Amino acid sequence: MNADATQRRSLWHRVLLAIVAVMVLLIALSIVTWGWLKLNPVKIVEPPPGVLGLLTAPIPDGANADLIRRGRALTIAGDCVSCHTRAGGHPFEGGLGLQTPFGVIYSPNITSDRATGIGDWTPDQFFAALHRGVAPGSKYLYPALPYPHFTTIPRSDTDAILAYLKTVPAEHYVEPGNRLPFPLDVRLSMIAWNAVNFTPHAFQPDPSKPAAWNRGAYLVQGLGHCGACHTAKTALGAEQRTRALQGGTLDNWVAPDLTGNPRTGLGRWSAADIVAYLKTGRNTHSNAAGQMAEVVTYSTSLMPDEDLAAIATYLKTLAPSANVPSPAPAAAAMRAGGAIYADACTACHLAAGKGQPGMFPPLAGSAAAQQSDPTGLIRLILAGGRTAPTLTHPSFQTMPSFAWKLNDQQIADVATYVRNSWGNRASPIPADAVADLRGKLALRHALRRGDGQ
Amino acid sequence: MAKAMPKVDVVLVGFGWTGAILAQQLCDAGMTVLALERAAARTTPDNWATTFDQDELRYMWRHHLFQNVKYSTLTVRNNVNQTALPMRKLGSFLPGTGVGGAGIHWNAQIWRWLETDFKLKSHNEARYGKAATEGLTIQDMPLGYDELEPYYDMFDRICGTSGKAGNLKGAKQPGGNPFEGSRSADYPTPPLTLTYGPKLFEQAAAGMGLHPFTHPAGNLSEPYTNPLGLQMGKCTYCGFCEKFGCGNYSKASPQTALIPYILTKPNFELRTECEVLKVERTPDGRHATGVTYVDASGAEYFQPAEIVALTAYQLHNVHLMLVSGIGQPYDPATGQGHVGKNYCYQTMSSVDLFFEDKNLNPFIGAGALASVIDDYNGDNFDHSGLGFIGGAYIAGMITGARPIEMTRVPDGVPKWGLEWKRAVAKYYLRNMSLSVHGSSYAQAGNYLSLDPTYKDQFGRPMLRMTFDFPDNDLKMAQYCTDRAAGIGHRMGASHVHPKPRKGPWDVTPYQTTHNCGGTMMGTSPADSVVNKYSQSWDVANLFVTGAGLYPQNPGYNPTGTLAALCFLTADAIKSQYVKAPGAPLVAA
Repeated sequence: MNADATQRRSLWHRVLLAIVAVMVLLIALSIVTWGWLKLNPVKIVEPPPGVLGLLTAPIPDGANADLIRRGRALTIAGDCVSCHTRAGGHPFEGGLGLQTPFGVIYSPNITSDRATGIGDWTPDQFFAALHRGVAPGSKYLYPALPYPHFTTIPRSDTDAILAYLKTVPAEHYVEPGNRLPFPLDVRLSMIAWNAVNFTPHAFQPDPSKPAAWNRGAYLVQGLGHCGACHTAKTALGAEQRTRALQGGTLDNWVAPDLTGNPRTGLGRWSAADIVAYLKTGRNTHSNAAGQMAEVVTYSTSLMPDEDLAAIATYLKTLAPSANVPSPAPAAAAMRAGGAIYADACTACHLAAGKGQPGMFPPLAGSAAAQQSDPTGLIRLILAGGRTAPTLTHPSFQTMPSFAWKLNDQQIADVATYVRNSWGNRASPIPADAVADLRGKLALRHALRRGDGQ
Repeated sequence: MAKAMPKVDVVLVGFGWTGAILAQQLCDAGMTVLALERAAARTTPDNWATTFDQDELRYMWRHHLFQNVKYSTLTVRNNVNQTALPMRKLGSFLPGTGVGGAGIHWNAQIWRWLETDFKLKSHNEARYGKAATEGLTIQDMPLGYDELEPYYDMFDRICGTSGKAGNLKGAKQPGGNPFEGSRSADYPTPPLTLTYGPKLFEQAAAGMGLHPFTHPAGNLSEPYTNPLGLQMGKCTYCGFCEKFGCGNYSKASPQTALIPYILTKPNFELRTECEVLKVERTPDGRHATGVTYVDASGAEYFQPAEIVALTAYQLHNVHLMLVSGIGQPYDPATGQGHVGKNYCYQTMSSVDLFFEDKNLNPFIGAGALASVIDDYNGDNFDHSGLGFIGGAYIAGMITGARPIEMTRVPDGVPKWGLEWKRAVAKYYLRNMSLSVHGSSYAQAGNYLSLDPTYKDQFGRPMLRMTFDFPDNDLKMAQYCTDRAAGIGHRMGASHVHPKPRKGPWDVTPYQTTHNCGGTMMGTSPADSVVNKYSQSWDVANLFVTGAGLYPQNPGYNPTGTLAALCFLTADAIKSQYVKAPGAPLVAA
């Protein structure tokens, strides 16, 4: 071996080492941060006018009418519109900022505009985007587009969705550039993320289960991408397979446990209850609020009943999550919480947490109140929440914010009381947890004696 | 130069109860509907959430939900010999402003007129002779109770009204109002639960051979889902209805009973902070082309429309008719003209009761929480020899015990100081007031017109109100208040203070926000401004809603009937008008 060759090899080694190092760095950064990067959309405050009209207007007969109708139904089931519409924008025009600790990812325009939308995309290209997470021009997509779920959408369905989207009025709009730091702003970094977290695959039906169950499994795991919110993430940012649909936390909300756990999950809900919730935004157990409200308004409430029944069939077969043991609450907290409950909560939720089922949710037995992660409950009390308006049930009865009225200790006590009364059992809430969330949500402090004087 | 906007099928001027009813009905019929509301959008969680809606200072005394007289007022006088002056502080009546209008801060007392109220003049003259109506300019409605009944029922279904029928399909029902017209269906929800004070009234009235029943209420006794899928909660009897919004979604209002449904309609648009200045017409004046309005920045727009509907408060509808030059303004000197004619009010009296030994807990209240008798209303009793016609319902009502407003003390107690404090402390839980809710009949000198001197912020002449109580109504008030006092004694009150309404009408003390007339409906252009479908006789594509339609005001709260008339109007537009747009629905 001559010196030149040795030098060349040594140089080659160094280059290779550098590439590997960069890759490892990219993988590490992307994996660690992706949990944070995940969907934290700035919420649409009011439905932009025209969304429901577009999703419900009759599609006239004509060439491809059946394909387009099927495509719209699939687009609705995938809830594409919620992320691809910004406040004040046209439907599917994009521009909704997904907030992350490292920056903002903006959803792109998926209207039929040729220049700025997807009007020029071929069915092959569209399938590649949903199935593999790669857009035309080898542009690697961020999993803000939930392609780890969409990968199971069959080609016939992606063709139908594209056929529908090409009928959406073209809007010339370019979303703002993502605001991400290096190296995440380099889309090739997603190669590393995919290598660790993602393998394109098709839906595998279980032939031992009825067709409705398999349809439900496909909708929940694939097109409906429920796990994107309802499954906790690993430290590496991927969904925890062993804890699928046992509840997740994102954007300071909790997407609750969907398993058969009777305390935290859907154990006390019948299949009909699940259908009613998805169809109308409310049932005798709970009202859809927070991020789920949009899912219900723009997606599930517009889905066919048989699909909702299939989802319920599937969800009702999920094995209950394990109960998390919780310490008994302090007597003082329960006493104070009970007094606050009587003053502040009974007007709507009535004594004994009875609620006005379908109108104001009962709190006795409420899964939302007993989630292991109390973030959702604390947030509801602090910031309030609005029931999802739907075409059959357009009321959007709203829990008011108590941030200005109750201090951290008072909110902690009343939350502890609600989590441990009338047969409920869940961990007590420390005032620190309330203070922490109050800070994250940038809410004002409670009125104190002397304020305003 | 006003900027022209894209044309719509229907433009609504004002978005309270009647605007919302027309929007719902006409959007469902596929028409494009635009509502122009002069003030802000308002919602339950933003504007009267449970966490702060019981704030008496903010809402009652600082007028948070009411029309701000700094921006919009009128001039008032008692008779043509006086010079009218602007009302610079709200008092006698409290019009609303903003989305939902006065439908937010009303008490939700939902009434129907008696069958005889629809043929007031002919009925009274037939029973008591022509002399009975002398001096009054009352007249019959162009339709009867039976024609309006299905629309009354619609409004009850929308509101979820709580009550008990007294007359179901012609059969008298125990526990209801035996004097009411036949109902096609019972109330959607059962009556409210009476508290101690109203219960005492009920027992006393029944003991006197009268016919007490629980007041029909839009404060719901039970959770309710209306036919549009809209939901209301159960009333908590918090005592903050009147002059307040309801944070519990328990009071029927445009916000609870209609608007969320309308907002799902792609053919509906709401523009707030847009004040309509004028209805525009074709050069011959026979057809409305649209309206001119101003937005919050002061920019002026022309909004073309196939149909213009004045759905603002009665005072503003009359004002818009006058400043737009539609129809002939009423002139009391000649009796000619109808716009502004037959302005009526409500003749409100009361009897204050104080008890020594009964704790009424009056802070448990609701806008329509009452036991009530209708024995002395309308022509439910023989007026022979009484020297008046009309009457009042008498209600043992507890709307609440707001601590600033409702510190009643017996007559003779000093107005301040130690004695006053002692009396307030003693009687705060031991007093109630009987409401004597009297009719207001039209007379020639009561009318609405344009003020010759004062201009509004847009340079238009202000509306001028000329009103005083007719002798007929003052006699009625005295008679009915005496009857109420008799019930008060029977209830065991130690102090019974009858407060019959006395003239002259005073704009200062609050009485009620039941301003009526001025755009009355009738059988021909010779007796009215609009036909029975609320369609202008002069401009066939102009409709006018609200209590302005009443030629006189019976002894009931106006909302139930004006809402029913609005549903009738919507039906007429959908089923008849659209077949021949621009044509009169009733031949002149």
